[in-house]
Amino acid sequence: MPAMFIRVDVDPAVQANAALCKQLVEVCPVDIFRPDGEGKVATVEENLDECTLCDLCIQAAPGQVQVIKLYAT
Amino acid sequence: MRFYEYEAKQLLERHRVPLPKRKLVTDADGAAAAAFDLGGPVVLKSQVLSGGRMKAGGVKFAEGAGQAKQAAAEILKLTINGLTPVGVLVEEQRTIAQEYFAAVTYDGRAKRPVIIFSDMGGIDIEEVAEFHPEHLSRTHFSALHPFSDHIAKQAVAAVGVTGNDLTRLTSIVAALVRIFFDYDMTLAEINPIGRLDDGTIVALDAHMDMEAEARRTHAALLQQLGVPESDNRQARPPTPFEIAAAKVDAADTRGVAGNLTEFDGNLGLIIGAGGGSLTLFDAVRAAGGRPANYCEIGGNPSVAKAAALTKLICQQPKVKKIAVMMNVVSNTRVDIVARGVIKGCIEAGFDPAEKIAIFRIPGSWEEDGFQILKKYGVDYVDRSVSMHEAARRAVAKMGKR
Amino acid sequence: MSILIDESTTFIIQGITGREAVTMAREVLDYGSKLIGGVTPGRKGRAVHGVPVEDTVRAFTERTRVDASVVSVPPGFAADAVFEAIDAGIKLVVVVTERIPRKQVAQFVEYAQERGVRLIGPNCLGIISPGKSKVGGVGGANTERAFKPGKIGVMSRSGGMTVEIANSLSESGLGISTAISIGGDAIIGSTYAELMPLFDSDPQTAGIAIYSEPGGRAEYELAEYMQSSGSRLPVVAFMAGRFMDEMPGMRFGHAGTIVEGKADTAVEKIANLERAGIGVAERIEDIPRLLKERLGEGA
Ligand code: SF4
Repeated sequence: MPAMFIRVDVDPAVQANAALCKQLVEVCPVDIFRPDGEGKVATVEENLDECTLCDLCIQAAPGQVQVIKLYAT
Repeated sequence: MRFYEYEAKQLLERHRVPLPKRKLVTDADGAAAAAFDLGGPVVLKSQVLSGGRMKAGGVKFAEGAGQAKQAAAEILKLTINGLTPVGVLVEEQRTIAQEYFAAVTYDGRAKRPVIIFSDMGGIDIEEVAEFHPEHLSRTHFSALHPFSDHIAKQAVAAVGVTGNDLTRLTSIVAALVRIFFDYDMTLAEINPIGRLDDGTIVALDAHMDMEAEARRTHAALLQQLGVPESDNRQARPPTPFEIAAAKVDAADTRGVAGNLTEFDGNLGLIIGAGGGSLTLFDAVRAAGGRPANYCEIGGNPSVAKAAALTKLICQQPKVKKIAVMMNVVSNTRVDIVARGVIKGCIEAGFDPAEKIAIFRIPGSWEEDGFQILKKYGVDYVDRSVSMHEAARRAVAKMGKR
Repeated sequence: MSILIDESTTFIIQGITGREAVTMAREVLDYGSKLIGGVTPGRKGRAVHGVPVEDTVRAFTERTRVDASVVSVPPGFAADAVFEAIDAGIKLVVVVTERIPRKQVAQFVEYAQERGVRLIGPNCLGIISPGKSKVGGVGGANTERAFKPGKIGVMSRSGGMTVEIANSLSESGLGISTAISIGGDAIIGSTYAELMPLFDSDPQTAGIAIYSEPGGRAEYELAEYMQSSGSRLPVVAFMAGRFMDEMPGMRFGHAGTIVEGKADTAVEKIANLERAGIGVAERIEDIPRLLKERLGEGA
């Protein structure tokens, strides 16, 4: 089942920065980011709804990661 | 977790408490053979985790193998308080001159372990306490400082026992205290202890309860006794619904979403936590509702875990609607639970707006939670609606009974 | 005034680097409590939300005044942590950890008594004196709204229900003097009856609300206290778990909540509380009303 409540958008610019990609994987407490094996980062669909809205990813990559509440009008 | 009599007696034997000769059997032919081996008259006792065996007909006497076979067949067929016996304990029957009672437990009020001893064994100890207080002693002792046998002697002597009986009973009671501590028991009881016509003293029946949390510590012992890990030793055997809920809880270590007990009603409950669940379950019943289950959610379960429990409850054919209610939450998040229950409903193939009779969880992250509920059309209330009022509204939606 | 804690109470958290404890640390600091540090063996030199972490309790008690400690460590380490706090001379120990083996609880409760240490818990959420301080996680992030300063003392065997009851008292305008989550285990450091004298001598407290459950004898002890002490305080109790009366031998909710004999049942306890003049509320929302009646304030 696809995520119902949360979407996470990662700016393409992040993918050029391997260190930042790695950091995203590390900061998220619910494993929403995973390394894709080529120094880039991918989001894990089945974990998206576990997002705690802790903002740690946004703090790690200000302006480049967006956490969208699909339930907000 | 409660031990069967035959297991408790194995523990007593390890600590050299004298016991009658005995044999555990699981069928009538085995009982006949056991009676033959023991020779002479025997007593046959149903092995169930329930008191009141004698009254229920779970204890029978037999003169020889033939009678023993007949008695065992009857006992094995007999359920006591809904429990089926796991076997029959066949014991040599002895003539008892005097019965004693000994138990070790914690006294929550004194905050100490206590030895309760009486020279009026075999009967209800609460009755002895009420009508014959001089025949009952309560001896508190330290959990911190070393235990010494003289404390057991004190407990026995306090009801006026002296002579040979005193020394023999002292060593039995001291052994009981050691069993109590060594195996993390919450209760270790021998009732009755019998003085036989030849003056020997033996443990005739035993009841022991180990703290559930200590099972892992004593895994080796439990294995020796043949207690499988899946054997929960509750007052009644778990239902498939309860087993499935326990699996949901065990599959994900984040928070609690389980401790489910099945009831025969039609309103599924997703409630929490400990005290909140007790309060809400009462509230639903007080409003005339019939719960399909008790459960506990707390400590911030993951969305997936809350969803899995919700799905399981929704899938029960008897569940018409579910009510999602908690006390004002501090740590568990309203939005996370809201996501979980909505997801679980949908995964089970139901419309959350229809299936969820009410959602009443106020507290941390409630703004986000309420936004989610609104989007899916779920009827929700905030803390201005009490737990009891929320329960009443849920029950009202169930229609006529 | 309040009881046990006030705005000057300094304390540490043992196990401060654990997941729940980190959150607790942030919440108590946000509330204005004087959390001065925490202990996690091997983590000396770190900081959690700006407060220092040490390897030992003595590292704090040797250099400063420590009034209290909150123990929030895994069950297997809890007894040792309590002994360490007591040996370091701390006089108020709040044990949050649940599922501590009963034998160990009996041991540290006895040790606390021998050393004249006030122990709260185990399996509790701590103490709060609204507007002054909170020692423990009670109320979580929404403490302000549920706990308004006022005149009712709260004691509860359930952490969650401490908040629910406090919330109803706050909304009613009565407010809270001090609320104590006393813990849900079969053996706890401080029972209702043992805390009553403190409330009795606290001028801020005008009445008491308690949350109780089947199992144990704490409610009987409270009833006896009320009859023998000449307490000035009206007491209203809420009894949860009435359904358990029909289900002897089954444990629900807390470790200490089980009906094993007649005295454990909700029905017996309610009758006994009422005989002692304690009001028994059918619903949470009745608690403020019953207290107001007893305080002569009308509904
Ligand atoms: S907000 Fe927190 S939980 Fe959500 S994706 Fe970012 S890091 Fe992960």
